[in-house]
Amino acid sequence: MNAPGMNAQSDYYYEASARERAQGLLDPGSFTEFMGPQSRCLSPHLAQFNLTGAFDDGIIIGAGLLQGMPVYVAAQEGRFMGGAFGELHGAKLVGLLRAAAAHKITAVLLALDTGGVRLQEANAGEMAISEVLRAIVAARRAGVAVIALVGGRAGAFGGGGIIAASCSRIIVSGHGRISVSGPEVIETNKGVEEFDSKDRGLVWRVTGGRSRALLGGADAYVADRISAFRDAALAQIPNAPPFTLESLQAEQARLSQRLAAYGTCRDATEIWRQAGLEPPAPVADLSEADYAGLSRLPEADHDAR
Amino acid sequence: MEQFQIRIEPARPASGGRRLASLGVNASGNLELLVERSLPPGEAVFDIATAATGFRDLWEAVISDLCARLPVGGLHFSINDGGARPDVVGLRLMQGAALMEQPA
Amino acid sequence: MGLKSWDRQRRERQARLDAAAPLAQGKIVPTARVSALLRALIRPGDRLCLEGDNQKQADFLADALAALDPAEIHDLHIVQSGVVLQAHLDLFERGLARKLDFSYSGPQSAAIARALDAGKIELGAVHTYIELFARYFMDLTPNVALIAAVQADHEGNLYTGPNTEDTPTIVEATAFKSGIVVAQVNKLVDKLPRVDIPGSMVDFVIEADRPFYVEPLFTRDPAAITEVQILMAMMALKGIYAPYGVRRLNHGIGFPTAAIELILPTYGEALGLRGKIATHFALNPHPTLIPAIESGWVEQVHCFGSEVGMDQYMSARPDIFFLGQDGTLRSNRLMCQTAGLYACDMFIGSTLQIDLAGNSSTFTNGRIAGFGGAPNMGADARGRRHASPAWMQAGQEAAGEAGSLVRGRKLVVQMVETFGEKLVPRFVEELDSVRMARDLKLDLAPVMIYGDDVTHIVTEEGIANLLLCRSTEEREQAIRGVAGFTPIGRGRDRAVVERLRARKVIQRPEDLGISPLDATRQLLAARSVQDLVACSGGLYRPPAKFRNW
Repeated sequence: MNAPGMNAQSDYYYEASARERAQGLLDPGSFTEFMGPQSRCLSPHLAQFNLTGAFDDGIIIGAGLLQGMPVYVAAQEGRFMGGAFGELHGAKLVGLLRAAAAHKITAVLLALDTGGVRLQEANAGEMAISEVLRAIVAARRAGVAVIALVGGRAGAFGGGGIIAASCSRIIVSGHGRISVSGPEVIETNKGVEEFDSKDRGLVWRVTGGRSRALLGGADAYVADRISAFRDAALAQIPNAPPFTLESLQAEQARLSQRLAAYGTCRDATEIWRQAGLEPPAPVADLSEADYAGLSRLPEADHDAR
Repeated sequence: MEQFQIRIEPARPASGGRRLASLGVNASGNLELLVERSLPPGEAVFDIATAATGFRDLWEAVISDLCARLPVGGLHFSINDGGARPDVVGLRLMQGAALMEQPA
Repeated sequence: MGLKSWDRQRRERQARLDAAAPLAQGKIVPTARVSALLRALIRPGDRLCLEGDNQKQADFLADALAALDPAEIHDLHIVQSGVVLQAHLDLFERGLARKLDFSYSGPQSAAIARALDAGKIELGAVHTYIELFARYFMDLTPNVALIAAVQADHEGNLYTGPNTEDTPTIVEATAFKSGIVVAQVNKLVDKLPRVDIPGSMVDFVIEADRPFYVEPLFTRDPAAITEVQILMAMMALKGIYAPYGVRRLNHGIGFPTAAIELILPTYGEALGLRGKIATHFALNPHPTLIPAIESGWVEQVHCFGSEVGMDQYMSARPDIFFLGQDGTLRSNRLMCQTAGLYACDMFIGSTLQIDLAGNSSTFTNGRIAGFGGAPNMGADARGRRHASPAWMQAGQEAAGEAGSLVRGRKLVVQMVETFGEKLVPRFVEELDSVRMARDLKLDLAPVMIYGDDVTHIVTEEGIANLLLCRSTEEREQAIRGVAGFTPIGRGRDRAVVERLRARKVIQRPEDLGISPLDATRQLLAARSVQDLVACSGGLYRPPAKFRNW
């Protein structure tokens, strides 16, 4: 008896585990995991809070081939503590990025799935994120394309949002959300009038993959398939902008323009209207095919970041 | 959190050739399981770290049932548990054992 | 013979109508006069049906009634299927109502238990839906019915639309026995899409200050379905649906049956079962049934009620659902319950507790949840006289070698994970409801499904076929044999259980050829509410609480 997909690798990105994503993004059978679960790299901090850990501290790192090209990959497990950064978790990623720079690897695929810093490891987690940012900059300076992939349940929030923004390119699916302060954090600090975190439609319109891609906050939008992320990564790697003063200035100019044009908008729909995009239906409700037919804002394709 | 080890002499040695299997996630109501083929065939060891304290007897019952039903001799099971119910524990253990039955 | 009058009820009715007439223009009463209307129509001691079931309630009229002065209106006897609103409880807390006969309480289950305990409610009985409906025509006929409709015209004709549910039954019982029918409507219109209730059965219509609220009660988010539930669903398909060839059935509203609905187009298809099982349903419009409908599994569905967001989808599938000429669903709880009772070969659903005899209940400590329709769905209909392969096969298995005249049996399947929330065992020595009945001195212990009606129990450990048990001891061991690591399960006699397994009274996943590695979410034909929307071609419009995109 053979039911579809039975006992086989699923292609759905959102539902996949970090390890399934890492394996599925690369050529079949080419993934070699560094510091896999049998090395038992558990967080040294969690036990002090009477919490059980994970054998890989919630991040899978390794090397493999992408259409024959050697690349590195890192994938966060969004279901373990919301994919949050702890000391060891961050150190694994920093090590991978440094190795990529040292060995002049063409690209690192960074499958982000994180709420930001792990509360129990606050300072160590904050430091880890800073070190990751520095390592990304160093890797990009060394010519490594660092491609962020965002399509898991935790999205890329807090420090994870900043990390995404510092990558060479960002690929996102409809499930993916990117932001720095999470919806609940904004509501708590600024009030429900500013942002109603329970209005999930609003949350996705503002932070979700479809809006981010339309506005240039992400460089490519893909369906919820591991294979789609893989194809988009292959397309984006050659286009990754160099990490130069010019590209930073271009990014600064792009963001200033965006702030000037849409800074007063309170919802993504206002931005679309102001930009002359009048989608036939709410963007979130379009089918993948109809969404693909929408044109992005003219400034969404850019040489920045 | 509670940590303990259960050693058992299973009825049958594990078949198959796989050295390692990793499955599940340590999340609420779920667990992470690592299975390694690293012990003498007459022995099975379960290292458990669980968020729910006071259920050691239940773990022992689930594990002795598994060892009576499935060939798990020679396997070392390591578990990070986020408070999974026995039905989830049983399913994960069965899945781990089934994976190890696959060829190398 | 003396001069007995035969129209006391009719004269009583007329007196009340006369008292209310100045408030109305024809049958139409302005919204602001709701309290005056109710005071003119209702008398102390009345038997009153305040339409309310598990989905739709006459909530505007309920609030108005609950705010009346108990010095003026008191000792009401409430006869309605659902006690679900705070206002329903307020009637008793404030002393307007005293006696209660009902079917379902859901969110108010704890409050009802407290009110009973405090002596605020005099409980008649907890009924099943059709049982209460039957009593509307026998000894619980309402004097006044306060009902809810979508639209009315100026003649008092009503459009109840997809959520028609209990309304025709309540109105039938009240209007033809000199009772008074008052309808709250969302909107007064000149022309109705269709007439669900003729105006001749309706006395007054009042526009509510807000549309009646409908709770999305039957939406199960596929994202929350677990691998254990998928394993159970696989066992049910392979171990029950397939061998009995069950085509006509009712599903409960739990996650395990939602999992079954979602693996029909994948696992069921791989087993070659399309067209052979699960073709005709008595079922609310479960969104999780969309993939099976879209892939051609389902021939038709008759509905007890509707479901929020499903209306457009159903309107676009007239071959599957029962629609009016206007193109919208017509549900009817009485008709659908009858279909479930007499024309279904199987009920399969979850429960909260099962004892060693197979009795089950959803009444747990401090909660009087009511039954709804489950006891009728989950009971062998002794009046059934038509044969079907599934029904006959179940009857044969129950009879064994004995009996030359074999009658059929309805398959009644309880599907439970052995542990519930917070590691509470689902298998128990004594049902909470039995203890509660003792404490509250109820005449009848509230059992949802009696053990002698249950034919199969499915847990993550396996399937127990109780039809094949030949003694109470065997039944008990068969139940213990699938009760997992609960104290009941651990108290099994291992040798007896293994003998039952050899006779296929108990079947484990491995006995059914099911690998635990296949029990993954990849088998689900939809993995999220968004997938269901896509599968429906955008016709299914889920309510905001189920959106995460």
